[in-house]
Amino acid sequence: MYVAVKGGEAAILNSYRLLAQQRRGNPALPELSVEQIMAQLRLAVDRVMTEGSVYDPHLAALAIKQSAGDLVEAIFLLRAYRATLPRLGYTQAIDTGRMALARRVSATFKDLPGGQLLGPTYDYTQRLLDFGLLATGTAPDAAASAAGPDPVPGSAPSEAAPRVIDLLNQEGLVEDQAVPAGDPEPFDLTRQPLRFPADRSARLQNLARADEGFLLAMAYSTQRGYAESHPFVGEIRFGTVDVCIVPEELGFEISLGDIAVTECQMVNQFKGSQSEPPQFTRGYGLAFGHSERKAMAMSLVDRALRAQELGEAVTAPAQMPEFVMSHSDSLESSGFVQHLKLPHYVDFQSELDLVRKMRQAIARESAAAEPDAGDAEHA
Amino acid sequence: MRDPHIQFAYLDERTKRMIRRAILKAVAIPGYQVPFGSREMPLPYGWGTGGIQVTASIIGADDVLKVIDQGADDTVNAVNIRRFFQRTTGVDVTTDTTAASIIQTRHRIPETPLREGQILVYQVPVPEPMQHLEPLEVETRKLHALQEYGLMHVNLYEDLAHFGQIATTYDYPVLVNGRYIMAPSPIPKFDNPKMHMSPALQLFGAGREKRIYAVPPYTSVESLGFEDHPFSVQRWNQPCGICGARDSFLDEVITDDQGGRLFVCSDSDYCAKTQAAATSSGTTL
Repeated sequence: MYVAVKGGEAAILNSYRLLAQQRRGNPALPELSVEQIMAQLRLAVDRVMTEGSVYDPHLAALAIKQSAGDLVEAIFLLRAYRATLPRLGYTQAIDTGRMALARRVSATFKDLPGGQLLGPTYDYTQRLLDFGLLATGTAPDAAASAAGPDPVPGSAPSEAAPRVIDLLNQEGLVEDQAVPAGDPEPFDLTRQPLRFPADRSARLQNLARADEGFLLAMAYSTQRGYAESHPFVGEIRFGTVDVCIVPEELGFEISLGDIAVTECQMVNQFKGSQSEPPQFTRGYGLAFGHSERKAMAMSLVDRALRAQELGEAVTAPAQMPEFVMSHSDSLESSGFVQHLKLPHYVDFQSELDLVRKMRQAIARESAAAEPDAGDAEHA
Repeated sequence: MRDPHIQFAYLDERTKRMIRRAILKAVAIPGYQVPFGSREMPLPYGWGTGGIQVTASIIGADDVLKVIDQGADDTVNAVNIRRFFQRTTGVDVTTDTTAASIIQTRHRIPETPLREGQILVYQVPVPEPMQHLEPLEVETRKLHALQEYGLMHVNLYEDLAHFGQIATTYDYPVLVNGRYIMAPSPIPKFDNPKMHMSPALQLFGAGREKRIYAVPPYTSVESLGFEDHPFSVQRWNQPCGICGARDSFLDEVITDDQGGRLFVCSDSDYCAKTQAAATSSGTTL
C-alpha cells in the first residue's frame, strides 16, 4: 500500500545537523570567531545592525556567523532577538551636529567650515584585486596602518563642523523643517502596525530598516526618469555621536556611550508651489555604522516620497508610499517569496481540478462543433 | 519538554495582551480586519507567524494543541510549529481533531466537524480579499467601510463570462455576518461551507500584513455566488485510495512516471480514523 511521504521530525533534525556542518566548513581550518567578524567584516556588521534595528556589533557578528554570511538571514536573527526585548526607556534625540567625525564630504561646496574630511572610503580605491591579501598573516604595510588613526575616532566632538544644511538654512534657501507643534512622539514601527497614510517618522523608520538592495534600486529609479528630483549631496558624515538619556529620577542628561552612524542630507531643487517660494528641499538618510550607500539611497527615496506633500505629480513607484513601504522590509519580502517552498498541495490540487474541467469543457464544445462544420462544407 | 529559559509561548505578556485585545475586537466585529503590532517571530513571515502569534496569545498550560498544514499533522511546517509550541509551552499535543482545544491550521479545515469550545487558528498570507483587484490599502479600507463590494462581484462575473464558471478554487471570498467580505485564507473552497455556523471560534492571524480577524461561533459565512450560478464545491469521481472515504478532500499523488495516480485524503487524522473504523467493522477495500 502507498504511504504518503510528508517529511517529519527526523528530517528536520537531520537538516539542522547538515546545516551546522555546512556552516563550519572544513574542520581542518580554524573556526571564525565573532571578534574576527566584528573587526574584519565591519561593513557587514553595520548593515546587519542597521536593518536589524539593534546597535550591537557583537550580536550582529554572531548573527553573521550563525547565518554563514547570509546577511538577510543575519538581519532576521537580530530582529527576532530584538522583538521581545523590554523597553527600558527612550534616549534623547542624537545630535549629529556634534558628531566626532571620521569622514565628512559635501558635493555642494568646495570648502566649508570644518572642511572636507575624506576618511576611510572605497571611493577612490582602484578596484584591483589585492593579491597581497591572499597570503594569511600580516600584510607588509599593516604595521604602519596599525599605528594610524582609529577609523572611528572616539575623540571630542568637532564643534567647528556645522551641518551643511544648517548653513544653507541661514540664508533661507532650503526649506525649514521645524519641530512640529507639541513635538509629538514619533511613530514606533516596531510596536504599532504600519497604516496608510503614514507620517514621515513612520516612513523614515521604515526606510532605515529597509533592505539596502531594494532601497538602492528605488533610489536609482528616481535618477532615470521615474520621479525626477535633481539631487545634490549636501553632506555625508560618518562618525560617532553621544547617546544620552534623562532618567526621570535624576532629571538631567547622562551619556550611555557612543554609537557610529552615517548621515546623508540630500538637497533637491524645488521650483516652488503656490504656497512655497522656489527653494531647496531635503531628503534625509541615517544608518548605523558606516553605511553610505544605504544612507544615500534612503535620502533619495525619502525625498521622492514627499511628492504629494510638496504638491508634485505622483507618477513613479518611488513616490508611492504604499508601494515603497509595503515592499521594503527584507523579512517580509524574503519570507513571503520563500514561503512558496512550503507545501501547497491542496491549493494546487484545486487548480489542477479546475484546469482539467475547463479543458474538458473546451474539448466537449469543439467536439460538438465539428460535425456542424463538416455539414457546412457539404452544403 | 518545555524549555525553562524561554518565556511561556515565547511572547512577553504585554505583547500577548495587546494581541488578545485585537482578537476581542475582531470577535466583536466578525470579518473585520483589526491591525495589530505584529512582532518578528523566530519563524519567517509566510510560515505562519500570524497564526503562531494568535495561538501564543491564547494558549494556556491546560490546552491541547493540534497543528496541521495541508490537512496533515506530519508535514514539515506543521511539525516545526508544533515543536515550537512544545518547546515554549510544554502543552499536550495531539493529532486527534476531537481531542484538541486549539487547532492551528494552514490551508485546510479538518474533515471532522468541530465542536463548541474548540478554537481554529488560521495562518493567513493575504488578509485583504480584494488586494489582487486593488493593491492600495487606503482604497480597500474605504470599500469595506462603505460595504462597496461591486469590485469583487464584477471579478466573479468576469470569470463566468470568460470561462463559464468561477475560476477561484481556494481563498474563495465569503461574506461574514452579512457585513464584511473576508478572505478565508487559502483553504480550498471545498472547506468554505464548514465555516458557516460553526460551533467553534475561528481566529485568523496575518503576521506579515499585521492583521487579525475572526468568525465567532454560530456566525453566518456565505460564499459569494450568483442566483443562476450558485457557489459549489469540488467533488471527486473516486474515493480515497487509502481509507475509501468519499466525503473528504483528496490530494493527488503521482505514483510512477507512467501517469499512475492515487487520490488520498489530505486530512491525515480523518484518513487514519476512517481506515481504523473500516478495519474494525471488517469491511475491506
